Amino acid sequence: MTETRGIDRRSFLVSVAAAGGALTLGFGVHPSQAEAGAPELTAWIVIARDDTVTIRVARSEMGQGTLTALPMLVAEELACDWSKVRTEFPRPDENLRRNRVWGDFSTGGSRSIRNSQEPLRKAGATAREMLIAAAAAQWNVPASECSAFNSVITHGPSGRTLRYGEVAEAAAKVTPPKDVRLKDASAWRLIGKPTGRIEVPDKVVGKPIYGIDVRLPGMLYAAIAQCPVFKGTLKSVDESKLSGRRGVHNVVRLKDAVAVVADRWWQAKTALDALAIEWDAGEGGEVSSASIREFLLGGLAATTAGVGRAQGKLAEGFARSARRVEADYAVPFLAHATLEPQNCTAHVTGDRAEIWVPTQNGEAAMASAAHALGIPTQNVIVHKTMLGGGFGRRGVTQDFIPPAVLIAREVGAPVKVLWSREEDTGHDYYRPVAMARMAAGLDASGMPAAWHVRMTGNSIWSTLMPVAARGGVDRQFQEGFLADMPYDIPNYLADYAIRNTHVPVGFWRCVNHTQNCFFKESFVDEMAHAAGIDPLTYRRRLIGTHRNANKFLGVLNAAAERAGWGTPLPPGTFRGIALNEAYSTFVAAVAEITLAADGTVRMPRIVVALDPGTVVIRSPPRCRPRARSCSASPRRSMARSPSRTAGSSSRTSTTTACCGSPRCRRSRPC
Amino acid sequence: MISLTINGKAHNVDVEPDTPLLWAIRENVGLTGTKYGCGVAQCGSCTVHVDGVAMRSCVTPVSSVAGKKITTIEGLAENGVLTKVQQAWIANEVPQCGYCQSGMIMAVAALLKDKPKPTDADINDAITNICRCGTFQQVRAAIHAAANA
Repeated sequence: MTETRGIDRRSFLVSVAAAGGALTLGFGVHPSQAEAGAPELTAWIVIARDDTVTIRVARSEMGQGTLTALPMLVAEELACDWSKVRTEFPRPDENLRRNRVWGDFSTGGSRSIRNSQEPLRKAGATAREMLIAAAAAQWNVPASECSAFNSVITHGPSGRTLRYGEVAEAAAKVTPPKDVRLKDASAWRLIGKPTGRIEVPDKVVGKPIYGIDVRLPGMLYAAIAQCPVFKGTLKSVDESKLSGRRGVHNVVRLKDAVAVVADRWWQAKTALDALAIEWDAGEGGEVSSASIREFLLGGLAATTAGVGRAQGKLAEGFARSARRVEADYAVPFLAHATLEPQNCTAHVTGDRAEIWVPTQNGEAAMASAAHALGIPTQNVIVHKTMLGGGFGRRGVTQDFIPPAVLIAREVGAPVKVLWSREEDTGHDYYRPVAMARMAAGLDASGMPAAWHVRMTGNSIWSTLMPVAARGGVDRQFQEGFLADMPYDIPNYLADYAIRNTHVPVGFWRCVNHTQNCFFKESFVDEMAHAAGIDPLTYRRRLIGTHRNANKFLGVLNAAAERAGWGTPLPPGTFRGIALNEAYSTFVAAVAEITLAADGTVRMPRIVVALDPGTVVIRSPPRCRPRARSCSASPRRSMARSPSRTAGSSSRTSTTTACCGSPRCRRSRPC
Repeated sequence: MISLTINGKAHNVDVEPDTPLLWAIRENVGLTGTKYGCGVAQCGSCTVHVDGVAMRSCVTPVSSVAGKKITTIEGLAENGVLTKVQQAWIANEVPQCGYCQSGMIMAVAALLKDKPKPTDADINDAITNICRCGTFQQVRAAIHAAANA
């Protein structure tokens, strides 16, 4: 287990040093709390004699707050003292060994809260009942006469009390109840209360250990250069210039990369820069931005495309319409640019490997290392560290792991492989390049009688998991234009001509919504403009019978009201509005932009209205408007839950913000 | 060997003189709170104080700071008492992933020394650090909170 709270660097180093030392003797010397003797009450909860409650967190922490929110779900039902809660990441190999008792480690798709609500709250409630049963047995009274609060069990009639730590050992032997009743949301004492995120104090003193910070005894450092053309390969390396260079140990040749291993990373990096490397660019060598553009334009014009949503009769709709509106949109590949560059520290001995890595999916990391080395999955120990940003870069794609374990195997010592910023940016699994061609036919009243949304671009699913894009349909690429499209269009077709380039693509915050919302809402504005109707009024009219019409209207009206929609603006300042649903969160934004004489666009203000369902982590009052990151804060995933648990009324909150960066010159709603 | 004074402690580091200070701090001295983000003085994750001035250690040759007083995020709090900036950072719950925040806090601490009550324009000019999570609004709020504490 890797403890994540209440650990300072010294003790972290001691524990990894112990692990490193153990490597020469064998693996698995990472005693978890449970193995250290404290009793486990359900797989998620360990309670020590001193009342310390250790709650296991299967998902990764990358700033979105899982390390607080998930334990909160457990603690709410456990009725324990929140100040005594510690957290730890269970190891993926332990999960495998224990028949995946902690479920899915994958942290992405804004799923951590949504998918964890029931299992985690039930785990807390189950443990609470076991503790009560143990106390009741000790007192020889019916459990129904006992209650639990703040880590203390009280026998009502006699007033006797026992602390959790006093009965934990006995409670661990109690047969867990099959059915437990969960608290009503109105009784929540932790969920949605401003408790503060537990890892924040460490983050203001430089304490958290990210992957890049891992240090092991005898560890070497590697810098890596990958083929500058995707799918290209390494031809040759002339390492003669490295002779006599201080600190340099190895030059490792991989199929499509070269790494230099040295005592220190800067030595490795400068030595790598000095190498003469020849690459075989392969089939991608002739591809350029211009050729990709041509390829995608072909997709816009293609006669066949996978249909994501169709209703009515498009041709008839167009035939009946009074005027036609058309527009094309295009967005480029985008690198995730996690501020912590990709890295992985690995130690490979024989058919076993141990890695330390900032990953959004510890199990995928384990599988990736095993596959690259050709060893059994259970022979890989993965230590998850804090992540300096994730945004989807470190989830499905674990491409930083194979090079690290292969380099480590060749070197025979623990090696930290760290990508430079340039190498990281140049070898991402990018947000896909995409284009949209819009055509709408407006009726006499100016409303759309027909709308054709043709999209094209790189499909993530057909690249990463072709089975998910069977039949040439990738619904994720079209998200925002399917059942989640808020507007009533009598004759509508959303289709997608898949055009895959050789450039690797991957998941990204909110995935395809990031471009699709821009395409969709920009074009709604084009239609409103053509019809001569105010864009807010136009949207209100278009939201008709959608099953979530109330939520769409709720956020739309809230944003418009708080932004003062319709009130006069200074000369050179303009206002725009947009509406979207993504992953069960409804959002509307009113952006104010200024256009300078030199064409510079600035966005001094954006008002965002958000309906995320139940809010689990509530920020301190003075900074409550957390949904603000115009760059789509990962926090959104914490502020969401399935509607079935949102027994409390879902709230619409508004906030005023732009990303605030003095460099922010965004020219469109972000 | 180059002699560095970091957080009041002397360290002799055995590195090439043109090695950026960042790597000497992280790998030779072992203080990993100072981060590598870009390597070209753009993101500010590597910000430390050299004789009280905020500097981007990823482009500062270690030879240029020998004998000078270097402070990293680990040495900002004195005797375990968090500075006003750090306290404001907690109260306003500024960090998300937290990776950029060491450098952000160091830059802000230097700003407040120069300008105890900075305006928004002062903040825009001085705090050019990049946060990929988008915490800029919280950063601004926390700067004002620290200035008024």
